[in-house]
Amino acid sequence: MTNDKIIEVQNLTKYFGDLCAVNNLNLNVYNGDVFGFLGPNGAGKSTTIRMLISLIAPTDGNIKIFGKELRINRIEILKKIGAIIEKPDFYGYLSAYKNLEILGKLSQIDVTRNRIMEVLELVGLEKRYKSKVKTYSFGMKQRLGLAQALIHDPELIILDEPTTGLDPQGMKEVRDLILFLSHERKKTIFISSHLLNEIELVANRMIIIDKGSAIVEGYVNDLLNVDNLKVTFEVKDTEKTKMILQGTSWLNKIESLANNKIVFILANPEISRLNKFMVENGIEVDAIIPSRSLEQYFLNITEKGF
Amino acid sequence: MLTLIKIELYKIFKKWRTYIGFIAIAVLVPIIQLAMLSEGERSLDFMTRNLQQSFVFVGNLLNGYLISYIILNSLVVHIPFLITLVAADLLAGEATAGTYRLLITRPVSRFKILVSKFISGIIYTNLLVLWLAIISLGLGVFIFGVGELIVIKSSSIVIFPKYDILWRFLLGYMFASLSMMVVASLAFLFSSLVENAIGPIVSTMAIIIVFLIISAIDIDLFQKIKPFLFTNYMSSWRLFFDEPIDISKIIDSTFILVGHIIAFFGTTVYIFYKKDILT
Repeated sequence: MTNDKIIEVQNLTKYFGDLCAVNNLNLNVYNGDVFGFLGPNGAGKSTTIRMLISLIAPTDGNIKIFGKELRINRIEILKKIGAIIEKPDFYGYLSAYKNLEILGKLSQIDVTRNRIMEVLELVGLEKRYKSKVKTYSFGMKQRLGLAQALIHDPELIILDEPTTGLDPQGMKEVRDLILFLSHERKKTIFISSHLLNEIELVANRMIIIDKGSAIVEGYVNDLLNVDNLKVTFEVKDTEKTKMILQGTSWLNKIESLANNKIVFILANPEISRLNKFMVENGIEVDAIIPSRSLEQYFLNITEKGF
Repeated sequence: MLTLIKIELYKIFKKWRTYIGFIAIAVLVPIIQLAMLSEGERSLDFMTRNLQQSFVFVGNLLNGYLISYIILNSLVVHIPFLITLVAADLLAGEATAGTYRLLITRPVSRFKILVSKFISGIIYTNLLVLWLAIISLGLGVFIFGVGELIVIKSSSIVIFPKYDILWRFLLGYMFASLSMMVVASLAFLFSSLVENAIGPIVSTMAIIIVFLIISAIDIDLFQKIKPFLFTNYMSSWRLFFDEPIDISKIIDSTFILVGHIIAFFGTTVYIFYKKDILT
């Protein structure tokens, strides 16, 4: 990651009639970021993304992408962006292959059969490339959505809720793909979600918005305070556990103890060390439950839940 | 631009609804021709009954040219509906399918997207009229043969010798295409306003019917409006079957129809440029 700003949003505002969907939003995405764009449903995420790719015009404010004003350099900028916006819609009466061929041509690239098949393989649809898209399941369409976003090998990938409607396996595959694109292909990725863990698992930086306004922006690790995690250990024998922990430094890290649940405040690497300590001392651990730190964080700053 | 037009044409001709117009013409026109084959002589006799007291008609008057002329007269009401089926879907269809997002997020200007779609719609319109010409004139001549064309007007009767007819049909069909392009442009304009093709189809047809009614009612106010209604010029292809041909009338009609196309398309561009894509 470098300090080159890929996306620079200044005082972005969008009104639909009297409704303020996005209010004076500022954000920066740097080269190589996997940038999480987090907020509850109706927070203004999709409206912001639609403005980033010129589907809708801002009421006020400025968007710079790759250092250039979007309003003036739209075509040049869009050549280097791949995007999935909300649900994956395609020309259902055409095959996946033909859809990608058309979209590749519209992206002004020399779209070859090899390139189309390479992208379809990347998202696991190579065996169904001839099938009409209307025969695809939602999950398959979502993966085809990723394929169309990647067909022209963009530098910036914008994903609006890319795991919506996917089963756990599908969600994991998308996450793995995002990490692959970030680590191996060095893409900058802007991903929106209302799912906290999704952002935690892939993003290095993030912004939380609510009611169209930014609440906080920063590094995920800083915001989550990974040195101060709340972790619940469920044990078979609480009394025995207390005795064993007596005289160790772990005792000071206990926040609360009720029934067979002991809540510790731990740094991330300490979780596995404590687990090892317990197992070696004959404490039967039924479960280790880390608290939803981001959720906690969000609740703290907004006093409301997702 | 050529790539965009090719893509749009590919999309149009991959849709089932595109072929409804071609199939409808391929079915309806031969039905009319078959009906004329059995009943045509009697109909022609009825049409010319007043003239038979003064003239003697000889030769093959019930020929392919007459059949084609009669069928072309139905253009005003029926063919526009077939045109709107596709033209109304050009933009609204993308909104319905949610594929506007795919199009607009590509590095292509909105203007180019519009122009490519519009041109594709115009190509479809011309192909449909060409198909009508092939079926009605081609098949008509094949079944009924050729002969003089008798054209009965409100105050006159014109009989064209068979060597003087084909070029009139050629220009007549070209003019008919122009008037159908106005219909396509109007449907295209409505298509940019909504997210479902049904609305533009109904709206376009409603406007055509209302304008035709206004043109037909003999009230001073309506007669003043009439020259500004594009429907008033949709039958101007008949001017090529006048003798002598009134060139200035044809030029005026052409300008008015082209003006409508430019106005409808210009309005579409304005709307589409301002449009927030929310589908």
